[in-house]
Amino acid sequence: MRIATASQTVGPFFNFGLTANPSLGKMAGDGAQGERIRLSLRVVDGDGIPAPGDAMLELWQADANGKYNHPEDTRPVTADAAFCGFGRLETDGNGTCVFETVKPGGVPQPDGTLTAPHINVSIFARGLLKHLVTRVYFSGDPANDTDAVLQLVPEERRSTLLAQQENGLWHLEIRLQGADETVFFEL
Amino acid sequence: MTTYRTPAPGTHPEYLSPEYKTTHRRAPLQPLIRIPQTLSEITGPLYGHNPIGETDNDLTRQCAGEPQGERIIVAGQVLDEDGRPVPRTLVELWQCNAAGRYLHSKDNHPAPLDANFIGAGRAITDDHGNYRFTTIKPGAYPWRNHHNAWRPAHIHFSLFGPAFVTRLITQMFFPNDPLLPFDPILGAVPDARARERLVSSFDFDLTEPEWALGYHFDIVLRGKNATPFEESGT
Repeated sequence: MRIATASQTVGPFFNFGLTANPSLGKMAGDGAQGERIRLSLRVVDGDGIPAPGDAMLELWQADANGKYNHPEDTRPVTADAAFCGFGRLETDGNGTCVFETVKPGGVPQPDGTLTAPHINVSIFARGLLKHLVTRVYFSGDPANDTDAVLQLVPEERRSTLLAQQENGLWHLEIRLQGADETVFFEL
Repeated sequence: MTTYRTPAPGTHPEYLSPEYKTTHRRAPLQPLIRIPQTLSEITGPLYGHNPIGETDNDLTRQCAGEPQGERIIVAGQVLDEDGRPVPRTLVELWQCNAAGRYLHSKDNHPAPLDANFIGAGRAITDDHGNYRFTTIKPGAYPWRNHHNAWRPAHIHFSLFGPAFVTRLITQMFFPNDPLLPFDPILGAVPDARARERLVSSFDFDLTEPEWALGYHFDIVLRGKNATPFEESGT
């Protein structure tokens, strides 16, 4: 077996290579199905200092019907052509990215149950030698109570994954370190 | 359902790396929570259908004139740990110019920008996982991690592979660079073989006479767990 290529940090100067195109934050096209949402994610370090332009967030999510636009999702459902399940933005000077997307549908699991609506997030930044992975769930969604992945998270830390809705904006802080550190996953 | 193998110990750096100062306040200190690979993890963005521009893989032809510096060809194959090629996957790269300066508003290194060099490229691997770029050799540059800190010349690479779990951002280094042993970012990779994997090799077969030196850099993404079918020896 070959040894895999190691991860290295994205560094601080990736903008012109990866995030020069801000339209990658607009995942829901005009005709996208489902509930349109704006999702604001703010990245802060162990001192609570936001990552100013030197972090990049990537989202990967199902469409409003819970369908991933990918060959491994073999269900006979057509993926929403007006929706792109991938989003990518750099943080602004305040450590924040705002994505325009739709609330994903629950995804069927092998046992026939549905996951809670969630968005998969990859976090890249100066100072992260390998990217971090977390999920955004939606506070108040009744499916959160039975979601298999959320149940793997100690109850007192689950709130770090729950976006809150305020003034028409869903928001979640991604705390890399410290009190209320965000739950990150090993896949 | 396809699932992907756990990375071998020592392949990837730890988050907290004492020699790399920015990790001190950015590395998570709580243990990661292991979750099963579900449809959310084994799917992922596929970029193979997006058109690539004619000069996207030639960083020496993206501006009005030619950039300063030593023209090089960087090529290789994207594979998984079992040696299977990863076809039709997006490879993005970015780098500083020959003087060691990035085209970025926050790069204050007092070295000149090059009006004829942006430093970003994209390619899609072919049916055999091969990619190829023409660029110029990036310079070394100082950073403020510690006294007299210099990054060895490197090119940043970003790859998606077939799934969310195969995402990789890495850096390619150059052989025989005297700065390699002093770099805390490369040095954060525990396994010596994994560090060697990040160093390209000079390649005469890629080198074009009277034009450009060739460097070979294969990129190995996370492999799939064997299926019972494959284990039966077929």
